[in-house]
Amino acid sequence: MRGNFSTITKMFSASVVAAGLLMSAPAKAADDTIKVGILHSLSGTMAISETTLKDAMLMLIDEQNAKGGLLGKKLEAVVVDPASNWPLFAEKARELISKDKVAAVFGCWTSVSRKSVLPVFSELDNILFYPVQYEGEESERNVFYTGAAPNQQAIPAVDYLMSEDGGSVKRWVLEGTDYVYPRTTNKILEAYLKAKGVAAEDIMVNYTPFGFSDWQTEVSAIKKFGSAGKKTAVVSTVNGDANVPFYKELGNQGIKAEDIPVMAFSVGEEELAGLDTAPLVGHLAAWNYFESIDTPENKKFIADWHKFIKNDKRTTNDPMEAHYIGFNMWVKAVEKAGTTDPDKVIDAMIGVSVPNLTGGYSTMMPNHHITKPVLIGEIQADGQFETVSRTPGLVMGDEWSDYLPDSKDLISDWRAPLSCGNFNVATGKCGGKGTN
Amino acid sequence: MTFIRAGLTLLFLLATLSSSGAGEADLRGIIAKFATAKGFSEIGAVVHELAAAGDPAVERPLAALADGNLYLRKADSLVFVGKEAGESVQLSDPLSGEASGEAAKDDITKIKVNNTLRRVIRDALGTLTLGAKDPAVRIAAADTMFKTPDAANIGPLDAAIASETVSSVKALLEQARAASVLVSDRPDGDKLAAIALIGARGDRDAVSLLTSVEANSTDAVRQAATAAIANINSTLAFWDAGQNIWYGISLGSVLLLAAIGLAITFGVMGVINMAHGEMVMLGAYTTFVVQQVIRTSFPGLFDWSLVIALPLAFLVSALVGLIIERGVIRFLYGRPLETLLATWGVSLILQQAVRSIFGPTNQEVGNPSWMSGSFNVGQLAITWNRLWILVFALAVFAILLYVMKRTPWGLQMRAVTANRRMAASMGIRTPWVDALTFALGSGIAGIAGVALSQIDNVSPNLGRGYIIDSFMVVVFGGVGNLWGTLVGAFSLGIVNKFLEPYAGAVLGKIVVLVLIILFIQKRPRGLFALKGRAVEA
Repeated sequence: MRGNFSTITKMFSASVVAAGLLMSAPAKAADDTIKVGILHSLSGTMAISETTLKDAMLMLIDEQNAKGGLLGKKLEAVVVDPASNWPLFAEKARELISKDKVAAVFGCWTSVSRKSVLPVFSELDNILFYPVQYEGEESERNVFYTGAAPNQQAIPAVDYLMSEDGGSVKRWVLEGTDYVYPRTTNKILEAYLKAKGVAAEDIMVNYTPFGFSDWQTEVSAIKKFGSAGKKTAVVSTVNGDANVPFYKELGNQGIKAEDIPVMAFSVGEEELAGLDTAPLVGHLAAWNYFESIDTPENKKFIADWHKFIKNDKRTTNDPMEAHYIGFNMWVKAVEKAGTTDPDKVIDAMIGVSVPNLTGGYSTMMPNHHITKPVLIGEIQADGQFETVSRTPGLVMGDEWSDYLPDSKDLISDWRAPLSCGNFNVATGKCGGKGTN
Repeated sequence: MTFIRAGLTLLFLLATLSSSGAGEADLRGIIAKFATAKGFSEIGAVVHELAAAGDPAVERPLAALADGNLYLRKADSLVFVGKEAGESVQLSDPLSGEASGEAAKDDITKIKVNNTLRRVIRDALGTLTLGAKDPAVRIAAADTMFKTPDAANIGPLDAAIASETVSSVKALLEQARAASVLVSDRPDGDKLAAIALIGARGDRDAVSLLTSVEANSTDAVRQAATAAIANINSTLAFWDAGQNIWYGISLGSVLLLAAIGLAITFGVMGVINMAHGEMVMLGAYTTFVVQQVIRTSFPGLFDWSLVIALPLAFLVSALVGLIIERGVIRFLYGRPLETLLATWGVSLILQQAVRSIFGPTNQEVGNPSWMSGSFNVGQLAITWNRLWILVFALAVFAILLYVMKRTPWGLQMRAVTANRRMAASMGIRTPWVDALTFALGSGIAGIAGVALSQIDNVSPNLGRGYIIDSFMVVVFGGVGNLWGTLVGAFSLGIVNKFLEPYAGAVLGKIVVLVLIILFIQKRPRGLFALKGRAVEA
C-alpha cells in the first residue's frame, strides 16, 4: 500500500508540475499597455468577499481606460486566483511580478495572505495595495494600506459606545474569530479600555473558530454577562461566514440592540445581504464608508458599479472604496512620477491626495497609511447602514498602536532620510519590534 | 437619564391628573418641532415633550419614529408617518393616521433615531401603553418598566394593577412596581417585601436589578438583596446545566442531520464521499430558489416554503447523487483512495458551479414565522428553529430506519452490504441497488440542507463546514449502523456543549477531537460495530 501510495503521489505531483508549465506559457509582452495585477481569491472560503473586489478593480481599470488610459498607454488587468490558499498567494504574486511584469498589484484580504506575500514584494520590489481593515503593527515600504488601522475603526467605535449617544457602555464583551486580526485588535482594545478606567471583571474576551455556526452557548453567555446591572455592549471581530448564524442566534434569543448593542468591525453591506435584517435594526458597525452615504461621488460610484456588474441589487462596501482610493492614488502618483517604475512611484505616492466617496479627500501619509473619516452606522431593516456618528475630521492611520507596550515607541516614516517602517523613538534606532 | 425619565413620568402624571390632556393642536405643535430638531439630543427632547403630553394619541408618531418610519417632507417641512411602497413612500397623518398621498424617496427625509433614542421612546411608550387593550402590549409595557425602574412609575402602576383582570399580567405589573419601589425612597419594610417579590421572579433580569440595588442601599435591604441574589443564582446554576444539555441535544440534532446521509453512502455502502457536504449545500440552494419563486409569485405561501422545498431538495440532491454514482463512483468500488480523490474533485466542481450560477455571496433564506423567536421553559430559553430542527432530525431518522428495516428495498440494500456476491446470486440487481442507495443518501443530505439553511449561511462553502463533523459522527458511532450515528451525534453534541463554557469553543473542539482519536484507538470500529462490506474492505 505504501509503494502504491507513493506512486500515486508522484503521478499527482507530476501532473501538477505539468499543469504549472502549461499555465506559465509566456504571455505576450505588449509595450503599449501598463499591466495591473489583481490578487484576489475567486474560489475557496474567501471568494465570498474577494470576488467583489476583483470586479471593482476591473471596473476602475475600465473607467481609467475610457478616460484615455495612463501616460498615453492602456491599462491591462491581469487577474489571478490564489484560491483562498495562503502559500498560493505568494506564488501568484511572484508570477504576477516576474512573469507578467505588472506595475502594481491590488489584492489580499486576510492578514495571513498579506503576510505571506510581503517577502515577495520586497524581494522583487513591487507595490501592493491592501484594501481591508487590519490589526496594524506593520508598515512595509512596498505596501500601501488603504484599509483602516485600528485607530481608524476600533478605537473610535469604542469611544462612541462610551459616549452618551452610544449608551454610556460600562461592560464589554470582546467576541472574535480566532486569528491574528481579532486577537491583536482585542489586545489593543483591552489595553485602551483599561486605560479608560474599565475594570478587568467588566471585560469578557471570547474566541470561536472560523466558520463557527452553533452560537447558542456564546450568545447565552453574553446574555448572562449583560445582566450585571451595567450597560453592556459587544464588540465583534467575528469574521466572514460565522456572522450570519451569530446574528440569527442573537435575534432568536431576543437580544435587542437597545439592550445589548453589537458593534461589528467585519460586517458590511455584503455580509448583511444574506440576512433578514429586521431583528437586527440598531446593531452597529464601524467603517470608513457606507453605501448609504449621500454624496454625488458615491451616487456615481454606485450607479457605475450597478452598470458594470449588470445587477442593481449588488451592494458596495468599505474595501471597495479603499480600492477606489488606492487606485486613484496610484494613477496620480504614476502621473506625478512620469513612469510606472515601482521605486519612483513609491516615493511619489506620499502626499498624494484624492477624493474619497464620503465627501472629502484622503491623503497618503509617510507611514503608507491614509487619512479617512470614521463612521458609525446602525443596521436598518433594508440591510443598509444609517450613519449615527462621524468623526469631525479625518483620522490618520496609526500603524503602531500607542496602547501596546511593545509598539508604543515605534513610528514609521518612509521619506528620506529616515526611510524606516519601525523606527524606535526611545532608542533612536530603526528596527524596533512590534507585537507580531 | 434617570433624571429625565423621572421628570417625564412626573409630567405624565400631572397631565393625567389634570385629566384633560393636551389638545390635538398642541400635539401637532410639538410634532412640528421634529422639523427643526438637529441631532439626536434635540430629537430626544421633542420625544420627551410629546410623551409628557400624556395623550395616548402620541403612541402612533412615537412608535413610527422608533421604527424609522417618521418622515419630513422637504417641500413644506411637515411631518408624516410613511410606509415604503417600492420607489415611493405612502404618507399618512402622524396623529389621525389618515392617508396623505405619496412622495418620492428623494422628496422626503427620514427622521433618524439611534439606540439611545429608541430606548427613550420605548420607556415613554411603556408608561403610555399600560392601559392598552391588547394584553401582549401591557406585558411589554410591564417588562420595560421592570427593566427601567423609576420611583415615579409607582403611581401609574398602582392604578394599572387595580384595574388589571388578567392574573399573569397582574403578576408582571406587581414585579414592575416592586422594582420601582426599590429605587424609590419608600421605607425599608416596603423594600424588603419588594425584594421578596422580585426574588421569586428568579431570572437574570431580577439578578441584574438586585445587583444594582445591592450596591446602593442600607444594611437591612442590602442583606436581603444579597440573600435573594444568592438564592436566584443557585437556581440559575441548575438551569444552566439544563441549558447545556438542551444546547448539546440541539447541536447533536444538527450533527445528526448532516451525518445521516453520510451514514448511508459511507456507512452502508463504504464510499468515502467527500462531496457529501455539497449535497447538503444543493438542498439549501433549492430552498433558496423555492423561496425566491414564492417571494415573487406567491407571497402568501411563504410560511409553507420549507415544506415545499423538502421534496424538491430531496429530488435535486438525489438526482445529482445518482449521476455521480453512475458517472464516477461505480468505476471505483473497492478503491477507496481513488474514490476519495474523485469525490473531492466532484465537490470542487459542484462548489464552483454553484458559485458561477448564484454568485459567491451569501443568499438570504428567510425563516418562516413559526421558526423565529423563542419561548421559555422555566429559565431556559428555547428557540423555535432549534426545536423544529430537532423534531425534523428525529423524524428523518425514524423514516430512514423504517425504510432500511421494513421495506423490500431496505432489505436488498442490507443484503448487498452484508454479502454482495450472495445477494447477486439471489437475483438482486446489485448495481441498481448501489445507485439507488447512493441517491437515497444524497437525497437525505439534500433535505438536511433545507433545515440547515435556517441556521447557517447559504453560500457555496456551506458543505465544507459539515463534512469533517459528519465523518467524525459516522466513524465514532460505528460505520454501517444508523443507531450508532444517532447516539454518536447526540453524545458528541452534548460533550461539546458541556466543554464549551469552560474551555471555550476553540479548545472545546480540540478536546473533542482528541477524545475521539483516543476512543478510536480503543475501539476502531466505533460505538456499534457492524459486519458488512465496509468493515471487510
